[in-house]
Amino acid sequence: MYNIIISGVGGQGILSIAFVIDQAALAEGLYFLQSEVHGMSQRGGAVESHLRLSETEIFSPLIPQGEADLILSVEPLEALRYFSFLKPEGTVISSRTPYVNIPDYPPLEEVFREIKKVRESWLIEAGQLAKQAGSLRAENMVVLGAASRYLPLHEDNLKKFIRVLFQSKGEKVVETNLKAFDLGRQAAESQA
Amino acid sequence: MEKVVLLGDEAVALGAIHSGLTAAYSYPGTPASEIMEFLIRQSAGGKNFVAKWCVNEKVAMEEALGVSFAGQRAMVSFKHVGLNVAADPFINAAITGANGGLVIVTADDPGFHSSQNEQDNRFYADFARVLCFEPSSHQEAYDQTREAFDLSEKLGLPVMIRLVTRLAHSRAPVEVREPRGKNQGFKYGYGPDWTLLPANARRRYGDLLQKQKDLQAYAEQCRFNQFFPPEPGQRLGVVATGLAASYFREVANRLETRPAFLKISTYPFPQKKLLELIEQVDEILVMEEGYPFLERFIRGVAGLPGKVIKGKMDGTLPASGELKPEIVARGLGLPVRNGVSLGDFKLPARPPQLCPGCPHADTFKALNEALQGYERGNVFSDIGCYTLGALPPYRAIQSCVCMGASVSMAKGGAEAGVYPSVAVIGDSTFAHSGITPLLDAVYSQTDMTVVILDNSTVAMTGAQPSLGTGEPLDKMLVGLGVSPEHIRVITPLPRNHQLNVGLIQEELAYHGLSVVIARRECIQILGNK
Ligand code: SF4
Repeated sequence: MYNIIISGVGGQGILSIAFVIDQAALAEGLYFLQSEVHGMSQRGGAVESHLRLSETEIFSPLIPQGEADLILSVEPLEALRYFSFLKPEGTVISSRTPYVNIPDYPPLEEVFREIKKVRESWLIEAGQLAKQAGSLRAENMVVLGAASRYLPLHEDNLKKFIRVLFQSKGEKVVETNLKAFDLGRQAAESQA
Repeated sequence: MEKVVLLGDEAVALGAIHSGLTAAYSYPGTPASEIMEFLIRQSAGGKNFVAKWCVNEKVAMEEALGVSFAGQRAMVSFKHVGLNVAADPFINAAITGANGGLVIVTADDPGFHSSQNEQDNRFYADFARVLCFEPSSHQEAYDQTREAFDLSEKLGLPVMIRLVTRLAHSRAPVEVREPRGKNQGFKYGYGPDWTLLPANARRRYGDLLQKQKDLQAYAEQCRFNQFFPPEPGQRLGVVATGLAASYFREVANRLETRPAFLKISTYPFPQKKLLELIEQVDEILVMEEGYPFLERFIRGVAGLPGKVIKGKMDGTLPASGELKPEIVARGLGLPVRNGVSLGDFKLPARPPQLCPGCPHADTFKALNEALQGYERGNVFSDIGCYTLGALPPYRAIQSCVCMGASVSMAKGGAEAGVYPSVAVIGDSTFAHSGITPLLDAVYSQTDMTVVILDNSTVAMTGAQPSLGTGEPLDKMLVGLGVSPEHIRVITPLPRNHQLNVGLIQEELAYHGLSVVIARRECIQILGNK
């Protein structure tokens, strides 16, 4: 069983990340169960998706407390929100780029310091890399790229479904998102 | 068999399509909206079957009833509180009975993710005396929907399906079966069965009572209700319904010896299986999402002599909120793993808020300013994105109860001396349940001001079409009898602020009924264009 929490702020494309992982898992013959948030929280609130991958049948759509292997966050403060789910030996991969829409957003260094208390944690310049790839909205794919070497899935499959996801928006959007994925992956590799 | 990735909501929708659905009706509401979203996408603009958003849940239920009368298969779906709105036709549909298969889907929201309450609609099924399925997985959501249509025609009764948020809004692969075609030919319902004059209704209710034993017999042999005897030496029995059964399965392998386990997916529940479990154990733990519905039955007044019953009523499980795997683990006495602690780092909440540039924000700013200086005023409000206007920085509204209540409460408030008495309601909510109370206010010439936030969509639930927006809305107001001089339209934009404040002030000062329409499109749908 491999348990992932994907987190961020409503509108940051959490469900797109989940879609790509779900489809790749299906293609690789894995079971998966993925819960998501619809409705009110999508209006700029904290949103998360619990995504579980396994070789055997999965029953609970929610990851039990203390059993997440990976937190994959498109926003640094939102990574912290789910620490109670993280295994002590688990991994955190988060964007460094804050989304400030609340008056009491803590100083960023403090947020980073907390994240870095987890031994396996990586902070990615997702905002900058997304811009470099061609669109600020591709931060989610940067983070997915950075996480890809941890996921029990093949990189090719992930990319295949990024293509499927963005196909209807045209080749340029597909290329931007694939590039964002690659830049994220490279950034994580160069830190490792 | 083909595997398709589906939300729980979509598994129900696809199950309905594969059951030969002729028509489906709904009103948007989290966590049920994705059922109709999916149906609309699959309907090919109505070529395959009818899939429509309706003005409200009562209308949706009645339209479905008309389809059933005509011998065709119909489904109606909504969030749990939607069934309150549809309760009148729902209860009576059990008495008319179903001709074509009639399935009612309610998506309950334990945990208040997006709702005013966490009511448990299994009580409604019991109240109406119809059968209710409660799937524990995506596969069952699909399979039970297919079963529900067949059963509805076999029993001649509507059948209910109860989902909860975590099933409705999670995604998994589902194996689908060969679709069945639509019902062929015309076979109308028998008029006297459907005309609930007291003499007919008495007879039909008698029929419904007669059928209760068929429902019970079905529950006893239904393949979705499963009993597993305990491992030797284990004196605990777990009775778990719907998703709770899946949480139990998640943690059960951590127990040293397996308890007796009764998984329940239908109401009425399988009484014989339950007695079989009770006989083999000393302690019974009841786990269910929502209220202690089953637990109350099992406890009765006197409990079970010599047995301990645990669940939500004795505090073994929390009385409110949704179940979670760790709650279920604790209920079984299993340790729960600790995650990573944040120590004394203070994590600020990030509540939802109006989108930057939302038209409601400008309306609230203008309304707040216009109300300054009044001491006995109040703003009653309603259900939609604008309910977030209760939070800072706006703090512009003082109530949110149920669809349409803003208008009726403003009228009641005005009659109790609130002045200015203001109702703030969205265009779709107005169409849903605001028209009738406004007619009441016209009739009484109540001194109140209704602000209709016309953003031309059902924004909160994902931009479904609104049935009361733009020019038709203006005409509707005139038609209802609101005086045309007191139907005012503003465009909520920062640059119009002073103008809007002035205009709202005029209508607040007017001693009579006035309507201010704040008209600007939701920026989310603008973005989608
Ligand atoms: S979705 Fe539309 S109506 Fe809702 S907060 Fe955003 S802009 Fe306003």
